[in-house]
Amino acid sequence: MEYKGIWTIAEAYEGDLKAVSFELLSRGRKLADELSEELVSVLIGGKVARERLEELIKRGADRVIVIEDEKLDRFIVETYSNALIDLIKDRKPEIILSAATVNGRTLMPHVAMKIHAGLTADCTELGVEEDTRNLLQTRPAIGGNILATIKSPDSRPQMATVRPKSSRPLEIDESREGVIERIPFKAELYDQRVTHLETISGGDEDVNIQESEIVVSGGKGMKKIDHFKMLYDLAHKMGGVVGASRDAVDRGWAKYPHQVGLSGKTVTPSVYFAFGISGAIQHLAGMKTADTIISVNTDEEAAIFQVSDFGIVGDLFEVLPLLNEKLEKEVK
Amino acid sequence: MNLIVPIKQVPETSNVKMDPETGTMIRDGVESIINPLDLYAIEIAIQLKETHGGKVTAVTMGPPSADKALREAIAMGCDDGVLVSDRQFAGADTWSTAYVLVKAIEKIGAVDLIIAGERATDGDTGQVGPNIAAAMDLPLATYVSAVDGVEQDAVTVQRLTEEGYEKLRLPLPALLTVVKEISYPRLPTLRGKQRAAKTEIPTFTVADLDVEAGYLGLKGSPTRVVKIETPKVTRGGKIFKVTDEESLHEAVDSLIAFMKTKEII
Repeated sequence: MEYKGIWTIAEAYEGDLKAVSFELLSRGRKLADELSEELVSVLIGGKVARERLEELIKRGADRVIVIEDEKLDRFIVETYSNALIDLIKDRKPEIILSAATVNGRTLMPHVAMKIHAGLTADCTELGVEEDTRNLLQTRPAIGGNILATIKSPDSRPQMATVRPKSSRPLEIDESREGVIERIPFKAELYDQRVTHLETISGGDEDVNIQESEIVVSGGKGMKKIDHFKMLYDLAHKMGGVVGASRDAVDRGWAKYPHQVGLSGKTVTPSVYFAFGISGAIQHLAGMKTADTIISVNTDEEAAIFQVSDFGIVGDLFEVLPLLNEKLEKEVK
Repeated sequence: MNLIVPIKQVPETSNVKMDPETGTMIRDGVESIINPLDLYAIEIAIQLKETHGGKVTAVTMGPPSADKALREAIAMGCDDGVLVSDRQFAGADTWSTAYVLVKAIEKIGAVDLIIAGERATDGDTGQVGPNIAAAMDLPLATYVSAVDGVEQDAVTVQRLTEEGYEKLRLPLPALLTVVKEISYPRLPTLRGKQRAAKTEIPTFTVADLDVEAGYLGLKGSPTRVVKIETPKVTRGGKIFKVTDEESLHEAVDSLIAFMKTKEII
């Protein structure tokens, strides 16, 4: 096969690279070293400054390919898909990794369908099969009840989306060198059908719960919306954000973008706090891969304790204020 | 307005039991339901039909028993159902599933809007919706949280992103995948159930569709499952019980100490 090289798809927002761009490079670096291939970070649009693009190299990329044009300022899947497919056909990468973000999970299936490539969604582990050099892609399925390992033996490129926060960016290595290649966008690849009318901000600053290292979540046990203030209090002390169970969102205590679980977002933070969350399987599916899980619940039998590294069986209305109070002193 | 809603029948995942020996799901006694996230797609499709006229057709690929999911969709208010079923489709991954669904949708006839759930709760890939749009070359909006307006030849929607929302205008025909914020699914009515029981649901097999055999089922799927594991659920963490003021302080102090070891603070 003539397909060579590992690509990771960088993402930008408001002129800056998103953290997932660097996380993907640490995944990609391992594969590139194992397969002795070039690691390429591909950025479509984004208007990112050169110095930030250099950081992609310092954090693992051998090459950065930027496709630039004002027509790529906004993510429109049809145009992005055309641009990526054109590049794939020209360069023939062996593996393409994208973040399992809303845009990654839109672009990758669009591209995979058109080029008839295998795509595995929302992977938590990646490896290489000995002998065949096939990419082994491991992902949770059926509400996190199973881990399936998947490969695409015959189709190239092998494509996968990877959960945000499921790997850490590599440290900056100033000695790393690489190439930044800017490719003009071919006008015929522009799909004019869909129009971006407006961007509406999420209303609060920490709506992007998937990119946070610390998520402090509340469930039915929070009892009312006012009590969520205590969660915000705790989250802000640690630079974290607030999440919520489906029960809490359905009761209007938190907005849908904060919902963690099967019908909400999947998060993989360093630390996940669960207050008054019993741990229904649908909720566990959205947070079980967090590095550390800390939970407080009155019900000793609550399933959340099964997945917790630290649990307190007790009244969160006693524990949470005291924790906030003691942490306040610690910080001082 | 002709609306098509691709749906999937899934096991009720809240009480899934795994066979620890084989790592496969124990299906005995597990109820099959419409993928919960598809209910939002069905609901918004019915609402659009109620406002703008037309009809809603639910389509599913699955075993003959998936007929039940289509009847539930009709009981909610869909007009028709189409079952796409053939042994040759078994084992299809998202690519092959989308390939067959596209052929089925083309056979159903003219379509203005295809509305799909954001993903299914069993496979959890969220790929088939975008796959269908790509294969049919339809404008696509994913993670749609609101339909703001429908004109003669276009639809304006809000799409949920990590940072907030964005407003897009798509010419029709188009495909939307929707999140739960878009609607509150209605319950089936008695009259709906009676109608569902009487509705004739056609089955499309390989013979009815213009498909290439090499693209079907496991054989036609670019991806292969190599291995299935049942992850260990229990982390066996420290559990503190609060019974009085003293144990409360002890638990919180231990928690803070734990947070320090993990460098959270």
